[in-house]
Amino acid sequence: MTTITENAIPEPRRGTSDAMIAFVIMTALLVVVPLTGVYPFFVMQALCFALLACAFNLLIGYGGLLSFGHAMFLGTAGYFTAHALKVWGVTPELGILIGTVGAAALGVITGVIAIRRQGIYFAMITLALSQLLYFVYLQTPFTHGEDGIQGIPQGYLFGIFNLSKPITLYYVILAGFLLGFLLIYRAINSPFGEVLKAIRENEPRAISLGYKTDQYKLLAYILSGTLAGFAGSLKVFVAQNASLTDVHWTMSGEIVLMTLVGGLGTIFGPVVGAFVIIAMQQYLAGFGQWVTVIQGAIFVICVLTFRRGVIGEIAHYFRRSL
Amino acid sequence: MSINLQALFAQLLVGLINGSFYALLSLGLAVIFGMLNIINFAHGALYMMGAFCAYFLLNALNIGYWPALIVAPVAVGIFGMILERTMLKWISGLDHLYGLLLTFGMALIIQGVFQNYFGSSGLPYAIPDVLKGGMNLGFMFLPIYRGWVVIFSLIVCLLTWYLIERTRLGANLRAATENPTLVRAFGINVPRMITLTYGLGVGLAALAGVLSAPINQVRPLMGADLIIVVFAVVVIGGMGSIMGSIITGFALGIVEGLTKYFYPEASNTVVFVLMVLVLLIKPSGLTGRAA
Repeated sequence: MTTITENAIPEPRRGTSDAMIAFVIMTALLVVVPLTGVYPFFVMQALCFALLACAFNLLIGYGGLLSFGHAMFLGTAGYFTAHALKVWGVTPELGILIGTVGAAALGVITGVIAIRRQGIYFAMITLALSQLLYFVYLQTPFTHGEDGIQGIPQGYLFGIFNLSKPITLYYVILAGFLLGFLLIYRAINSPFGEVLKAIRENEPRAISLGYKTDQYKLLAYILSGTLAGFAGSLKVFVAQNASLTDVHWTMSGEIVLMTLVGGLGTIFGPVVGAFVIIAMQQYLAGFGQWVTVIQGAIFVICVLTFRRGVIGEIAHYFRRSL
Repeated sequence: MSINLQALFAQLLVGLINGSFYALLSLGLAVIFGMLNIINFAHGALYMMGAFCAYFLLNALNIGYWPALIVAPVAVGIFGMILERTMLKWISGLDHLYGLLLTFGMALIIQGVFQNYFGSSGLPYAIPDVLKGGMNLGFMFLPIYRGWVVIFSLIVCLLTWYLIERTRLGANLRAATENPTLVRAFGINVPRMITLTYGLGVGLAALAGVLSAPINQVRPLMGADLIIVVFAVVVIGGMGSIMGSIITGFALGIVEGLTKYFYPEASNTVVFVLMVLVLLIKPSGLTGRAA
């Protein structure tokens, strides 16, 4: 049985310099965005989803675990942050902390349960757990059910940065994204990341070498969930609401789609994928339900003919690790 | 707490009916998984197609419920076989997860197309005349159609079990699951068998769709949320055996019905909660083999 990301990893690795160059280009592009007149709300939203997809990719691309319920982290952190900001009136940094810690706690609880099975069972369990949470959030009063939490105050980050100014908010979101991205990059290129890759390639061998693979997988799951939650907390400041759509399982599907389009197991793939999918939703909104059909078609095409994704194909062509 | 027997039995019946759908769907999933090694995420969409097919037959061609019970599963089954030949075939041998992703994409396409043409609201489908009305059993009032659904799906489940576990065709099928190369050496056309198996699994889903059309409204998303509950049923049961899927499906329907009576707030979540409990105690599921 081939591993799911086998195609995405080009054979000869030429160190990390390629990735460094790509990172500098990406950062430069994102820094100049507000000067270009591109609709900033769209880019901010895409950045939140890019971080979310990167966090998801950490789990599948390097741990070989397909979580089909990652929306639960997005939604949970979103609700926690939104509630803290609106009802408790906390400062933005504390709101983000509450949301992210909430997602981390959720990661611990669901991880202990889900990690007991592998492959498609793992996918189905995470899916079922996120649907369980969906019904819980539908019924608990603090989420306001179908209405969601609306009109969330943005406030001043660290008492200095006025988040209701779009340009300030943009750079704060960008900083948050880069922080999360570098953290994931660091994790992948650490001994921890190497063990994770070993588990993905051949788990029985990793076990026979003395690694407690369940602990590594659980840690990767919690890390991934926490960062996904961080993305969800940031998103609250952009959208100024938290709603059930963020917890629904179709959102989990979108996260998978973003990563698949960009390239499973590539460092920059999820970022590109998130921008592609969010742009598509933005500009194809007039097509109504056809957007779902188009997304489904992209899924099918990617799986049948284009399994490496955009970045995976580029990396494979140039034989680089991106 | 005084127990209202009338209401309790009514909820039990609802549970049994949901259980019938769970059983038919998880049975189809198990058959497909055994042969193709794919978790068919499109199963809910194909269930929905079964219901729509019955709706069409009635409204466009004036073909009633009884022929629809056969025509709809066959039509949707053929559609499934086309899907298998044109798409699923190409990913055999790849990681299981690609099958999940491919069928997920297929489900999005099918549901999206139906939503475009029919919107998201439900279309009514009348109960056939013979099965209208109800019987007073003394302790409860039994709507005849609901009783029919439970008994009919139980029979279909048992027939499928018999087909796979007790006939020559089923023996070939199980052998092909274990060792396709060897079975091919005996002159059995394994790819054709795979296609037929997918058609059978899909047909079972479509049959469940036809059965549910008069009870639930015919909606494009009727299968979308159901399929996740069925996945939880599959995780609980473990998909180790055909009989296991059937028993788990019905049992969980009953548990859900009981919850609806005693603690309605938890009725949407009880299956998922059970899944968590089972996973904590026996990760491979109740009837499952170790993963």
